[in-house]
Amino acid sequence: MRIISDETIEYVGILAKLELSDEEKEHAKKDMGSMLDYIDKLNELDTTGIEPMSHVFKVQNVFREDVVTNGDESEKTLKNAPGEKDNMFMVPKTFD
Amino acid sequence: MDILSYTAVGLAAAIKEGKTTAVEAMQAVLQKIEETEKTINAYVTIDKEAALQKAAEVQKRIEAGELTGPLAGVPVAIKDNMCTEGVLTTCSSKILENFIPTFSAEAVLNLEKAGAVMIGKTNMDEFAMGSTTETSAFGVTRNPWNTEHVPGGSSGGSAAAVAASECFFALGSDTGGSIRQPASFCGVVGLKPTYGTVSRYGLIAYGSSLDQIGPLTKDVTDCATVMEIIASHDKKDSTSVERKDTDFTSALVEDVKGMKIGIPRDYFGEGLDTEVKEAVLAAARALEEKGAIVEEFDLSLVEYAIPTYYTIAAAEASSNLERFDGIKYGYRTPEYEGLHNMYKKTRSEGFGAEVKRRIMLGSFVLSSGYYDAYYLKALRVKAMIRKAFDEAFAKYDIILGPVAPTTAPKLGESLSDPLKMYLGDIYTISVNLAGLPGISVPCGKDSKGLPIGLQMIADSFEEKKLIRAAYTFERGRA
Amino acid sequence: MAKQYETVIGLEVHVELATKTKIFCGCSTAFGGAPNTHTCPVCTGMPGSLPVLNKQVVEYAVAVGLATNCDITQYCKFDRKNYFYPDNPQNYQISQLYLPICRNGHVDIETENGSKSVGIHEIHMEEDAGKLIHDDWEDCSLVDYNRSGVPLIEIVSEPDMRSAEEVIAYLEKLRMIVQYLGASDCKLNEGSMRADVNLSVREVGAKEFGTRTEMKNLNSFRSITRAIEGERERQIDLLESGKQVIQETRRWDDAKESSYAMRSKEDAQDYRYFPDPDLVPVYISDEWIEDIRNNQPEFREAKMARYKEEFDIPEYDIGIITDSKHMADIFEETTAICKQPKKVSNWLMGETLRLLKEKSMDPEDIVFSPENLAKLIALVDSKAINTNVAKEVFEVMFEKDVDPEAYVEEKGLKTVNDEGALRKTIEEVIAANPQSVEDYRNGKDKAIGFLVGQTMKAMKGKADPGMVNQILKELL
Repeated sequence: MRIISDETIEYVGILAKLELSDEEKEHAKKDMGSMLDYIDKLNELDTTGIEPMSHVFKVQNVFREDVVTNGDESEKTLKNAPGEKDNMFMVPKTFD
Repeated sequence: MDILSYTAVGLAAAIKEGKTTAVEAMQAVLQKIEETEKTINAYVTIDKEAALQKAAEVQKRIEAGELTGPLAGVPVAIKDNMCTEGVLTTCSSKILENFIPTFSAEAVLNLEKAGAVMIGKTNMDEFAMGSTTETSAFGVTRNPWNTEHVPGGSSGGSAAAVAASECFFALGSDTGGSIRQPASFCGVVGLKPTYGTVSRYGLIAYGSSLDQIGPLTKDVTDCATVMEIIASHDKKDSTSVERKDTDFTSALVEDVKGMKIGIPRDYFGEGLDTEVKEAVLAAARALEEKGAIVEEFDLSLVEYAIPTYYTIAAAEASSNLERFDGIKYGYRTPEYEGLHNMYKKTRSEGFGAEVKRRIMLGSFVLSSGYYDAYYLKALRVKAMIRKAFDEAFAKYDIILGPVAPTTAPKLGESLSDPLKMYLGDIYTISVNLAGLPGISVPCGKDSKGLPIGLQMIADSFEEKKLIRAAYTFERGRA
Repeated sequence: MAKQYETVIGLEVHVELATKTKIFCGCSTAFGGAPNTHTCPVCTGMPGSLPVLNKQVVEYAVAVGLATNCDITQYCKFDRKNYFYPDNPQNYQISQLYLPICRNGHVDIETENGSKSVGIHEIHMEEDAGKLIHDDWEDCSLVDYNRSGVPLIEIVSEPDMRSAEEVIAYLEKLRMIVQYLGASDCKLNEGSMRADVNLSVREVGAKEFGTRTEMKNLNSFRSITRAIEGERERQIDLLESGKQVIQETRRWDDAKESSYAMRSKEDAQDYRYFPDPDLVPVYISDEWIEDIRNNQPEFREAKMARYKEEFDIPEYDIGIITDSKHMADIFEETTAICKQPKKVSNWLMGETLRLLKEKSMDPEDIVFSPENLAKLIALVDSKAINTNVAKEVFEVMFEKDVDPEAYVEEKGLKTVNDEGALRKTIEEVIAANPQSVEDYRNGKDKAIGFLVGQTMKAMKGKADPGMVNQILKELL
């Protein structure tokens, strides 16, 4: 079975903004290792020349016209905010 | 007649005829919930007052002749990953424990317009990630047929609510089998429509390219009727498809003469429970007796569907779930030092183990150096799987097989080994990858008395074939 | 002897498009609304919301691509760029990585060292982020999503520039093209045009590029120039002292005139791009491209050439007038009405430029209409008002585009052409200023100027100076 390193789990944690306990990390290493082993099964297939299919149907050119349809929805926008001040979302300091 | 034994369509007809009212129906359902919900736990949120008030309003509009549709006055349960304006919507996750949407999902609006009345929001696997409804942050839902067993998932709350008569029908969502599998485990009808048929606007995304909303109902007639109402071309959803053939009830015809049904040998191999196998093959024979042409064939690539699915779904989920960060809505950790610590603590405390597992996997397969090897590879295999179905549908109208390898497992049996749990999705998952419609119809019970589901799959936009075959099969059993 | 270094510069230019609505929702892009008043579930990343592409964004992007000699990617897609930051409500930005809408273009620039072609690697469409405000009082930051989802195009050049002068020439050129297309007002100070500078140095003659850095937060040509000079020196100093340049993003501090590295261990710079499953591909047919091509405006070079042919005005004036599409439009439309290019040009080159400078405005901000300028010229031509009054009226027009005819009427500014009344006033002025009269008669020609002035004053400026002169001489 593939070994997932501590560094990899640490790195993925930074990407995904997840902080795992040591126990969770060990689990995550094992789970990710076995899933990736399983996913490696796809390498049995020769996919040369096959276009990656992100959309099943050939729907294209779905557009909006450039017309303003929304009014002031600030009250709704902020309704669920855990922190709010002056009609804005309050967040931890982002600078320095 | 006991109100609760009506189907959704039967109830609406009875209300129209004045045999009962929308309020009586709602009261009956709420009474039933009062009795069974403690054990079943199908709902996350119920607002009795609002439900009764809404039912009274709808009743007035029915009497005034303003609401005449086939679902007017019928109480409905909505899976808790669909936004409902002013009503708590949690995705069964702590991270959305306090989230009150400011708009309703398009499918929910379509039901409201038709006069269906929402009872509440049903339990599910957290963010629809799971097959048992055990990953919910708000407790497990139990299978009404045997409360030691799971109801399936992720739309387990919706399926259990229909099976336990805690509603007359429900909406679920299906990313890899999340409507069909719990329908099968709970002995109800569940349909996953062709991708793009029901708007995803207001459905809190798990795997955007795979998610579809669909009905869980008591019978095929209800299924077709609900489909007719929730299917719509929505300009707010770029992947919504404009269809002219959404008169699904016109397919409620008891006739499968000449219909070509293919049975993939690959669906009946190792791992399939014998009782499930027998019941499904018996169903095939029943359709054959009604005039369908049934034959076995090789579908190919079946074993590659699960790794393809988990790569794509995890990748999309890792991105879709980034917005849950403690800033705009939902849970925020009470103590933190700085921005990044707030993000990490909020998300680590807010998400459950299965969700974290898939976010980690998804972040990894998209990360620098792995994108081509994993994500693009999966999209290429997806194209091959779609092609395999295209070839099958050149020969057959319908593909028939089991929904799941077994009947409902016992509570607590599945979560210990995630990979094993994922393998249970083997028959349902490729339908989502290929954007096809699939239906689950009850076809018997095993020796423990647990329901078995029959799955039928049609080519894209061919729901009517499914409805016709399912209706014919259902009538044959009655 | 010290080593000789060459600076290698490429630019990433973000341009905010002049659409009425955001790229993926029907919210207004208007500037200056109260916080979060131009927001909806889509541009604030509400669960369940979905994006739908604004068609005008595609049209502007193709138009800019064609004007910069790019190949149009007829089948293009949007990708998600994943990174956590509070100004980015979904924590992914919808952008284009794999199939950007335009590729392989170039623009030609002129500098003191001659002309040169700067390659354009690609142009892609993307959404802007919200605004973060730092609240020192509460020791937190505040987020306003009004700008979130405003459409941008990012124009990525090849590393073809070698000096700040070339960079400025390139930016001027891009700005001119985009403004002529009406795709953006391209104001650096307001952020509707933003340039990030990728810079590396190498020894003259070296074949390989050096390690580059990316400089952000440059909001004027001046800061761009200073940042380029500063970064070139910093990199050369590093190399000269045997150190290495680190590939990093640096932020320019305009007040301190220096930059610092934006580094964070939480910042993996691994954006995990993948095609956005919520949006469908954009297919741009040959017909659509031709349509956009046929609707392209006349660009500056062509306009200048045509002006030289059509209008008898100085080449210098042509240069100034065509420097702004808006100014050129006013010139052409006014000329079409009054048929007097020279007079129109004079108003633009004189009073207009003076007032723009005085009020530190851009030509794009001019509000007076060609109709009203033409009327003003006609009023002067017909001697209904004199030049001084016309200048006064013009100042008002410049402020709020008033109708000069109505204004002159309302304020009673018409020149008095009643010779009797004028004669009477002049007689009074002569009587009141015997010293000046005597000076004039003694050969001091200048004295008549004083008398004209006194007459104009008495007439409240509403006399024709020529006529005043004539009558004065006659009476003296």
